[in-house]
Amino acid sequence: MTELYKLSIQEAGAMLRARQISSVELTRAHLDRIRAVDDKVKAFTLVTDDLAMRQAHEADIHFANGNTVTALTGIPLAIKDVICTKGITTTCGSNMLKDFRPPFDATVMQRLNAAGAVMLGKTNMDEFAMGSSTEHSAFFTTQNPWDLERAPGGSSGGSAAAVAAGMAMGALGSDTGGSIRQPAALCNVVGLKTTYGRVSRYGLVAFASSLDQIGPFARSARDAALILQAIAGPDARDSTSSPQGVPDYGANLNGDIKGLRIGVPEEYWVDGTQPGVEKAVRADIEKLREMGAEVGEVSLPHTKYGVPVYYIIAPAEASANLARYDGVKYGYSYRDTNDMWEALEKTRQYGFGQEVKRRIMLGTYALSSGYYDAYYKQAEKVRSLITEDFTRAFEKFDVLVSPASPSVAFKLGEISDPYEMYLQDVFTIPANLAGTCGISIPGGFSHGLPVGLQLLGNFFAEDTILRVADAFERVTDYHTRWPEL
Amino acid sequence: MTVTETDIATDFEIVIGLEVHSQLLTKSKMFCSCSTDYAYAAPNTHVCPVCMGMPGVLPVINQQAVACTIMTALALNCTIPAYSKFDRKNYPYPDLMKGYQISQYDIPLSNDGYLIIDLEGQQKRVGITRVHLEEDTARLLHHSGYSLIDINRAGTPLMEIVSEPDMRSPLEARLYMQRLREILVYLGVSSGRMEEGSLRCDANISVRPRGQQKLGVKTEIKNMNSFRSVERALAYEAQRQIELLRSGQPISQETRGWVETKGITVSQRSKEQADDYRYFPEPDLPPLVISPAWVEELRASLPELPDTRRARYMRDYGLSTQDANTLTEDKALGDYFEQVVAALPAQNRVARARAAANLTLNDVARLLKAHSTDISENLLTPAASANLLDLLDANRITGKQAKDIVEEAFISGKMPAVIVEEKGIQPPISDEGELIRIIEEVIASNSKAASDYRAGKVNALQALIGQVMKQTRGQAKAGSVRALLIKKLEETDQ
Repeated sequence: MTELYKLSIQEAGAMLRARQISSVELTRAHLDRIRAVDDKVKAFTLVTDDLAMRQAHEADIHFANGNTVTALTGIPLAIKDVICTKGITTTCGSNMLKDFRPPFDATVMQRLNAAGAVMLGKTNMDEFAMGSSTEHSAFFTTQNPWDLERAPGGSSGGSAAAVAAGMAMGALGSDTGGSIRQPAALCNVVGLKTTYGRVSRYGLVAFASSLDQIGPFARSARDAALILQAIAGPDARDSTSSPQGVPDYGANLNGDIKGLRIGVPEEYWVDGTQPGVEKAVRADIEKLREMGAEVGEVSLPHTKYGVPVYYIIAPAEASANLARYDGVKYGYSYRDTNDMWEALEKTRQYGFGQEVKRRIMLGTYALSSGYYDAYYKQAEKVRSLITEDFTRAFEKFDVLVSPASPSVAFKLGEISDPYEMYLQDVFTIPANLAGTCGISIPGGFSHGLPVGLQLLGNFFAEDTILRVADAFERVTDYHTRWPEL
Repeated sequence: MTVTETDIATDFEIVIGLEVHSQLLTKSKMFCSCSTDYAYAAPNTHVCPVCMGMPGVLPVINQQAVACTIMTALALNCTIPAYSKFDRKNYPYPDLMKGYQISQYDIPLSNDGYLIIDLEGQQKRVGITRVHLEEDTARLLHHSGYSLIDINRAGTPLMEIVSEPDMRSPLEARLYMQRLREILVYLGVSSGRMEEGSLRCDANISVRPRGQQKLGVKTEIKNMNSFRSVERALAYEAQRQIELLRSGQPISQETRGWVETKGITVSQRSKEQADDYRYFPEPDLPPLVISPAWVEELRASLPELPDTRRARYMRDYGLSTQDANTLTEDKALGDYFEQVVAALPAQNRVARARAAANLTLNDVARLLKAHSTDISENLLTPAASANLLDLLDANRITGKQAKDIVEEAFISGKMPAVIVEEKGIQPPISDEGELIRIIEEVIASNSKAASDYRAGKVNALQALIGQVMKQTRGQAKAGSVRALLIKKLEETDQ
């Protein structure tokens, strides 16, 4: 038998239900793997050994008693540290929340717990999900398992690296401008950003409320579908969650994409795209055509405005969302003064990192009296145009394909210019602005480093992009390769 | 310094607009399910992650609060749009849990209404710019060297009613506040208690030379915690502005606070220091789509409003303007009055309603005040009051006895008929022969008083009446005794 940590969720689930393995064994294998390699990767901000073993034991009792179980019962998963876990630190990668223990579980955590999943720990991230490399974590940098000198991408770099290195069978991340898809691409795993409103945001510490979505990481499309199945659906506590019914995401993973219309956006091959990335993705598109898909060109003319629009709207919302960290109620608090305003200013001065402060300032500026119309309002108008681009494209095509990131994993410290870092998300941002769904799947390698293939779907078409992803995996082996650690 | 209306110069015109905030009487808070029933609760006991603004939480709109706001807007003759939204108002302060307040900016729940005030018989229309919905802040309790926060209040639904600058005197501002309060209490959306801060008022005030079109520089006045302080503060501020203009000094646009104990307004913040609230649409809440059918449903559910009630009291019961006003202003007292009327026999309704109004306004109101009792805890039920009026009407008791009985009924909660029974109160002496016999005896045994009266000392009559009442043990009607006594004295004078 292969090492337990190399199993897929689907395989492990079948073995658990057949009682060939126990969740305790499976969980212990992952905790051992964490002990073996996380010193090098540093994916976790917290490993919850005791909780994981307790949950694994409970899962085994359910199996033993023949109770109703789910596809995730006894499956060990990692959770991005931006998702609230009751009584367990939720740091958001920030000194501000270094010791913050939420008094409640996020809706997705309630659903995972109800499904019987096992939580291994919380994963590292760019502070408050602001970044594309996980270098902006206030605690430490996470290394890419494929090359420890390189970044895993971000902001959900810890979750992507944990899944890539076999330290978790799957993970939750959050995607505001590409924070699931880009690290998935750089770490050679599957990362799904769901349609806005598909997964409840209750308990997801807000970065940009109109863009944030929680989604799964896994090593196959089918595994991602299993996690999505457990967390998707309406939530009375999130007024922006959709009442739309949840389909069976596994039902149509049949490998058949004949006649499926796949559009290739001409604007998604920008100058900065690395030749190796373009080459791999062009080859992937050829593969999809060979599989029977009808491939055609499509234009999304407002794509080039995606990054500038995003860097107005996301910081504007963030400037308000992060205003609550004043040192009064929870989190870091500067106490060495009797002056209220000084305490507030110093709390934020020392509590927040540089990138977070940069975005708060950007957003505050964009919303200021006299600038609102020129920036925020104008950005909202262009956002509508970007959404219309997608609406028109999805009249002709079922799925759009592109690289998930213009480059393979870059070296830690290599990108120091913030704007250059922002361009990492040039292919992922538009779907966040439109609210549509997208997935990054292993799409090849360039100089030994993974390339991500992005599949973009219409609103609530997660089942369609998962079907294409699964079909692609059946004819390729990129997703089965493991990094040497 | 006390400034009264008459002191204010007539060569200047005063322009006032009011922003009134009212907490809504909903069961739960604006965006979470915490109870709003925290008035007597320990600090920080009616809180949850949502109203504490914890990381990761999301608001959910309280539909009852939206309904209350739309009902208020309808009562104020406003237009309700088909679409409304919430916005974030950003400013840092420790009483603001999220660092922003969820409020409404450019598309409020209603706009363009009016309220009619009565200026000594003259009807004046005050425009309502908008009625919108937002959330209240936490309460700060300042001590020397530190402050405490009570988060119970945070997230309580708060309705803001903004008037046009249509008021021309501090008196008009007070009348507007009083009328507005009446409406809110009638709708059942507000407790209307200014002293507790559940109803608050800020004013924008400016002055200009009479005849000038352009508005003067305005100041915003805060901290007015009663109707009286609204009128006093604005009278002071108008006078202050006029004096500045007269002496050739400019008025600076600023926020000023009313200091009740000193009777003055003091500068709090200049325009230059004013916050930029950086409003933007609340991304956590989808826009509110308001169906016209729901609005009509709410319109149909509106209770009788004060102006209608006032007019009805005068028309149907023939009450004086003053009595109708008093019974309208205090809705609970008016409700009591109506319950007494309803419990009375139907015939001769108008006369009985007047008796019921007198009883309510005099005895009931006096007893409630003397015993510091809230009308909701009043043991003298409307049925008991009706019973008392019945006993009087049937000549079973005298007016003097009624005063004692109502007092006892108020304290014990017994029905007046039961009290009459228990005390063995006899019916008033209605047998004139018996009364005449007693009167003749009294005249005979008090010959000095009788002759004094006959000699023109009218006061002497009172002593004789007292004697007769004593002999009859109060069971004679004072009016009859007096009339018969005079008649007998005059007869025996011959």
